[in-house]
Amino acid sequence: MPSLTLLGQSLISGVMLGGLYALVALGLSLSWGLLRLVNLGHFALAFLGAYLVYHLGTVWHVDPWWAVLIIVPVFFVFGMLQHWVFVVFRVTELTSLLVTFGISVIVESILQWIWTADFRRYETHYAGVSLKVGPFYVPWLELVALIVAVGLAWASWAWLRWTYVGKALRATAEDADIAAAFGINHRLLSFLLSGVCAAYAAVAGAFIALVSTLAPSQIWAWLGVVFAVVIIGRLGNPVGALLAGILIGAAESLAMAVISPAWAPVVSFTILIVLLLWQPKWL
Amino acid sequence: MRTKSSRRFVLGGLAGVTSLALSGVGRAAPSGTPVRVGSTLSLTGPLGQTALVHKIAGEIAVEMINKRNGFLGRPVEWVLLDDQSKPEVTRSLYENLITVDKVDLIQGPYATAPILAGMGVAQRYQKVYIQSSMGIPKNLTYDMAFPATPFGPEPNKSYPKVLLDAMASTKTPPKSISVLTSKFPSAQFMAEGTRDEAKARGLNVALYLEYEFGTRDFGAIAARVKDANADMLWLGALGLDSNLLLEALRKLDYVPKRHFHLYPAPGPLAVSPDGDLALSSTFLEPAPPFTDRKDVPELAATYKERATKANVPYTDLDAQGAGMYTQWQILEQAVNGAKSLDDKVLAAWLKKNGADTIYGKIDFNGPNNHGPAAQMVKQVQNKKWVVVWPANFAPPGVKLIAP
Repeated sequence: MPSLTLLGQSLISGVMLGGLYALVALGLSLSWGLLRLVNLGHFALAFLGAYLVYHLGTVWHVDPWWAVLIIVPVFFVFGMLQHWVFVVFRVTELTSLLVTFGISVIVESILQWIWTADFRRYETHYAGVSLKVGPFYVPWLELVALIVAVGLAWASWAWLRWTYVGKALRATAEDADIAAAFGINHRLLSFLLSGVCAAYAAVAGAFIALVSTLAPSQIWAWLGVVFAVVIIGRLGNPVGALLAGILIGAAESLAMAVISPAWAPVVSFTILIVLLLWQPKWL
Repeated sequence: MRTKSSRRFVLGGLAGVTSLALSGVGRAAPSGTPVRVGSTLSLTGPLGQTALVHKIAGEIAVEMINKRNGFLGRPVEWVLLDDQSKPEVTRSLYENLITVDKVDLIQGPYATAPILAGMGVAQRYQKVYIQSSMGIPKNLTYDMAFPATPFGPEPNKSYPKVLLDAMASTKTPPKSISVLTSKFPSAQFMAEGTRDEAKARGLNVALYLEYEFGTRDFGAIAARVKDANADMLWLGALGLDSNLLLEALRKLDYVPKRHFHLYPAPGPLAVSPDGDLALSSTFLEPAPPFTDRKDVPELAATYKERATKANVPYTDLDAQGAGMYTQWQILEQAVNGAKSLDDKVLAAWLKKNGADTIYGKIDFNGPNNHGPAAQMVKQVQNKKWVVVWPANFAPPGVKLIAP
């Protein structure tokens, strides 16, 4: 029987990990839910952001927090350009899956070409720092990632719920034609949202660079679990993505502590399948 | 008296010059149609990092062979293709090398899965197949497949014995062990062997855990390792798993008393603040007594230069690079020894004679052409890997440090 300390520590690790899942899931959830684009390229973009933060930090000695400030606007513009391509080629929800898969493969090749297939690790002095709370340790970087995830999820939710732009985006997602009849310029708004999603990928990428290992092929390692997070959290629901990320992170960690680490990957999909079969009203 | 000694000096000098000239004849630059040797390496994909080490070492080997006499006096040309770390691509490329490119000979790729994939093709076309990184020797069932690294036929038994012997030699031998492994087949296989050997020696196996290859977060796993608090941690790690786990343990304010890593990325672990006194296994490191062996100083120096240029994180020659060099040494000795390019003749020659390599004499007379095992234990000391066990292979002044 695992000790309470072990269970508590694993739960803390899981919640922190969930924050990272939520960060990656946010942009994908908004893009899928509100733009009706299943943007697989979001993972590649997050890793591109991670590599840029890594490169800025290790080669040009730019502090990661400054690096984020540099890449976020760049990614925002990139997101809008990407959306312009989608509009020009009339990419639909289904074809977006194929197109963005292609984009991911291209980005993966570019990453491999520039940074090789080697595993990269961005060593920082805060990587191993933890806060001690009673018998538990809370890793500082992961805690910051969770706080940022909470902040972005709440801000996105508030933006969608209370601002005119947010309401217009939700209306467009419901019925673009009717929304247009009410004078909503959904094209302009979709560009804005695409930029925001790409900027979220940059933020997620910065934390991936700081807490994880980088290798171009790792793009695909996040895909399954983040998809589960997006679906469980409901498409286009930022707070849902946050909670689902925490749920899956915590469940994975507890499975590692109680059963075996080998069971962790099964957890996210088991939760997804159970919820899809159960079909609760909030899903 | 003076005249005599001058004459002796002149005669001695002439003899020296003649012998040098004669030896030069033996080393005349190879000429004629190149002997084409085909192989693949995982130049891209998840195995790319270590495959790059193999590529550098292989290129140096071919250059050194061509500086000598090539194969049968002909230059050697290495036809190298990228298998993208995918066994199915490896299989197709070997098929292509043999049937379309019509290479004269082949060499094995890097890593267990591509090696197994290529072996099937080699067997179909009855080609000699030399490899240096097959982690599960019992699967090397093709009778013309030869190991270039002295893993021995049962590394799952021989590896743990060497390590636990080393630990038993210390003032405070461990009484308990945590065994944690990636589910990568060659790592899992060794972890099971370590667990069994530890139990047989009366050690308490406080924890045995398997995790998925590619695990991203080691937080919960680290919590279990800390909870078990064994005297020694054995980690069946690949690549940067070691760094990630040690970092996760540091976040829990826990440093394992002793820690062994199976297949770590050597550079990142050696320079990591958590990597101090980490243990791993090896067959050769570029330090005495290994540098007394033929070819090792030149290979080590050239490797360091090329690896630095290629931005390889760890620029010292290690067992991976040495293994690839050995593959070429074995093929060179077989071709020039048997005076043939016929695969069956080469295989028969190797089985009869073995090969003299930078690892020492390798015999192919055991199960699945494996000879005796020759694993050693290395340790990170002052940010560098050094051999610490068996003690007679440690460089002067270096000892196993066991806190």
